[in-house]
Amino acid sequence: MDTRFTRGKSNILERPLTRPKTEVSVSAFALLFSEMVQYCQSCVYSVSELQTRLADMGQRVGASLLDVLVLREKNGKRETKLLNMLLFIKVNVWKSLFGKEADKLEQANDDDKTYYIIEKEPLINAYISVPKENSSLNCAAFTAGIVEAILTHSGFPAKVTAHWHKGTTLMIKFNDSVITRDKALDSR
Amino acid sequence: MSRQANRTTDSKKMNSELFTLTYGALVTQLCKDYENDEEVNKQLDKMGYNIGVRLIEDFLARSNIGRCQDFRETADVIAKVAFKMYLGITPSVTNWSPAGDEFSLILENNPLVDFVELPDNHSTLIYSNLLVGVLRGALEMVQMAVDVRFAQDTLRGDNVTEIRMKFIKRIEENLPAGDE
Repeated sequence: MDTRFTRGKSNILERPLTRPKTEVSVSAFALLFSEMVQYCQSCVYSVSELQTRLADMGQRVGASLLDVLVLREKNGKRETKLLNMLLFIKVNVWKSLFGKEADKLEQANDDDKTYYIIEKEPLINAYISVPKENSSLNCAAFTAGIVEAILTHSGFPAKVTAHWHKGTTLMIKFNDSVITRDKALDSR
Repeated sequence: MSRQANRTTDSKKMNSELFTLTYGALVTQLCKDYENDEEVNKQLDKMGYNIGVRLIEDFLARSNIGRCQDFRETADVIAKVAFKMYLGITPSVTNWSPAGDEFSLILENNPLVDFVELPDNHSTLIYSNLLVGVLRGALEMVQMAVDVRFAQDTLRGDNVTEIRMKFIKRIEENLPAGDE
């Protein structure tokens, strides 16, 4: 029997999808996240492996968040246009995760498949001081994972990475196919 | 230390969903990394302990609560102040043992388990076991050795989620050997 079927021992499917009123303290999240980072660190040998692991966990969050957000805020309609999809992330996704819109959304000057989401003081990094010996470490890799999963599961395959630039910048590189499709949609 | 400047007694709040989902991602990862549920439970407890040890400082600084006179007061502070402050819920305190050294916390809406369902092959996983470690670690830092465990869990088909806490002993403040 497929384990994904509910066996009636929880009322999980009866619950309304509207946003619950519950709030937790930022400290609780910060401590949990810090423990996660330390756990990941104990399993890996390099900064890039650590970031990959954090991104993997972020992907799971993104994947489970997408459906509920689309149903709640978009009446069940998915975005098909690239720009709308990015705005959905900048506005809706960010608001539901962090309580505010992302600071900036920009397109790279020289490349039509690269976009940036820029956040001056991301919540994820609020309590993390990066050790000098691996200053490239950015725990926003976790957020990058969330964004990557949301894009990919919406039909916009992309690679998302976190960088230190004007605060924390998530660099989104779309697959060529996405750009081609978007242009085709435009010209129709 | 840099955060001291803007510290307020009121802690900042955030949407519980990111917290819930992040915790879910962590448990999923642990289930992949470890062979069996027992190991995952143990790891969650360990991580919770590390959190508790740090969380108690945050808690004492924000809440202005002094030393508890007895275990009943401890129970009240945990349920009405600490759980409220960090998870936004107020569990009820019940089932006191006659000696007053053991009680239960009944959790109505555990934010860690929103939209969580355990698959059949993880029937012995104690999903929220992190909380056990947090409680133990935090209390240990205020000189109380306490045994904490999940007695019931709605995820495993019980009617309520119950955390049982038993006072073991007061930890004496020992000077490190040779440091007198």
